[in-house]
Amino acid sequence: MSDPAVTPSVAPPAGEAPTFASRAWSLAGHALPWAIAIVYYFVAGYSLSIGTQIMIWILFALSLDLVLGYAGIVTLGHAAFFGVGAYAAGLFSIYFSPDPILGHLFAIVVAGLLGLISGALILHTTGVTFLMLTLATVSIIFEFGNQARWLTGGDDGLQGMQVGPIFGTFEFNIFGQTAYIYTLVVLFIWFLISWRLVKSPFGRSLDGIRQNPRRMRAIGTPVWWRLLAVYTISAAMAGSAGALLAHSTRFVGLSSLSLLTSGIVTVMLILGGTRRLYGAFIGAAIYYFVQDSTAKISPYFWEFIVGGMLIATVLFLEGGLMDLGRVGQRLMARIGSRKGAP
Amino acid sequence: MLSFALTILLDGISYGMVLFIISVGLTITMGLMRLVNLAHGSFAMIGGYVAGYLTQAGVDFYVALALAAIVPGILGGLSEVTVFRPLYRKGELAQVLLTIGIVFVVTASVTEIFGAFPYPVVFPDYLTKPIDIGFRTYPAYRLFLIGVGGLIAVALWWLIENSLYGARLRAAVDNPRMARTVGMNVNVLFTGTFVVGCALAGLGGAIGAGIMSLEPSYALKYVVLFLVVVIVGGEGSFKGSFVAAMALGIIDTVGKYFFSQAAPYLLYVTVFVLLLWRPQGLMPAKSVA
Repeated sequence: MSDPAVTPSVAPPAGEAPTFASRAWSLAGHALPWAIAIVYYFVAGYSLSIGTQIMIWILFALSLDLVLGYAGIVTLGHAAFFGVGAYAAGLFSIYFSPDPILGHLFAIVVAGLLGLISGALILHTTGVTFLMLTLATVSIIFEFGNQARWLTGGDDGLQGMQVGPIFGTFEFNIFGQTAYIYTLVVLFIWFLISWRLVKSPFGRSLDGIRQNPRRMRAIGTPVWWRLLAVYTISAAMAGSAGALLAHSTRFVGLSSLSLLTSGIVTVMLILGGTRRLYGAFIGAAIYYFVQDSTAKISPYFWEFIVGGMLIATVLFLEGGLMDLGRVGQRLMARIGSRKGAP
Repeated sequence: MLSFALTILLDGISYGMVLFIISVGLTITMGLMRLVNLAHGSFAMIGGYVAGYLTQAGVDFYVALALAAIVPGILGGLSEVTVFRPLYRKGELAQVLLTIGIVFVVTASVTEIFGAFPYPVVFPDYLTKPIDIGFRTYPAYRLFLIGVGGLIAVALWWLIENSLYGARLRAAVDNPRMARTVGMNVNVLFTGTFVVGCALAGLGGAIGAGIMSLEPSYALKYVVLFLVVVIVGGEGSFKGSFVAAMALGIIDTVGKYFFSQAAPYLLYVTVFVLLLWRPQGLMPAKSVA
């Protein structure tokens, strides 16, 4: 599933030792999103829960980036893991224990297992067949969630969740401060894991598999196992995002399992840019901003805008918003060369 | 008992006919240009809304049906030339994303114009009544679907098997590069096929509105079903998509009659198992035949 047109590979300029200034810039770049998140906590006031929502979606988009961006697995079924994670966390709090950490771990395990099993079944297929199998998976789970009212509450959603305090001390309060910090910490942990993962030899081999699976197989990479591993990790991560959603809102809606949810998270990732990890951050934030500001004009306008952005991104901005700088540079270079030509 | 079985069979076939009319365009475009087109359901939906709007305004049913085919056909042609053509060179991810973008835009536009509620197509009186077919009475509407679907299937079969256009189409699906080499203009061939496919989708969306009710979520909700028909039948396989549409129509209907609880899964589970068993589809014909 190599996709050179959509995902141009970024190579750092070779042979240049990083100067102090460039290191400082890169450090500042890494610190920026987290600094924003911390500042937001103090200035947000009543809209803190929006920040929590955005971070949950960032985590979900980040999980998709691992499979779609790095491994090149084109899936539309990722909502299955998100939704199952949310339901697992919700059901755990109702039937077993209100402890959020235990529920969260339970959700991660359940979503990861689902990823492992469904991945083992379908990952040997490629292309459109794989895409259809992911669609079928998410549809089967959605229909199950819809039919099994005794368990999930059907399309009324899962109600009656009890969420206890974290570590027995930090209550989820009405202003959502605990939920915000909890989500931020979880996001940070998953970010570190993803960062470590994509920079590792394992991550490199995923890069290779995306670009040319046949050659990777020829040089001895166990392609199927690698894909299964990243699919499972990503599923667990998406389940974690779902659990955060369930705990922070004390409610799980059927829509968390829907195809539209898969579509939205894909839009976020693509808008922000794949294979940059921070693309998920930008994409989710911009998506929320656009949805919020256009929904005021008309409740359906945001969907129109999102669709338009998606079309424009594919046609004109192949690396997502994270690529704007480079597109600008190229444009300037082209203008410059045209002027310079005799 | 036999009459009950026949009723289910007729229900399944009429449903399958609608699936076939809508999906046949998709199967050829996916087979010919390897385009993953999630926006195909949008064209069916546009056709349905055109027919709904016109019949509610009192326009003759058949005129409305003609326009329900013509409008998506023109829109399909325009979008093929402007948006889809740059997409063939790109990977399937870009195709999935862009066509989902189109679904969002169409869904939002339709909601804005027609509202979020189901939007009916007004069928003529004689189609809404049941008629006597010997062993029992049966809705005329369903028979109408079977008739129209059958006619279209036969016409397409003739077109693809016996006409020059069909021969070119089969050649281009088999080997587009060779087809170009011998001097065929595959681009024009494809635009034409795309227009016909979208027009058929629009027609299917309009006449099928009694089974698959029109609402803004139509485009996303049913596109999975259309893709299933195409993939299960085998991309680019005309016969395959007919067989797959009939089979899915009947399976879904049987599921609704006997296991109303499990019906929604039955379809998807069948698809899941089928695709694992035969990843290339039921009839992975290299040729449209």
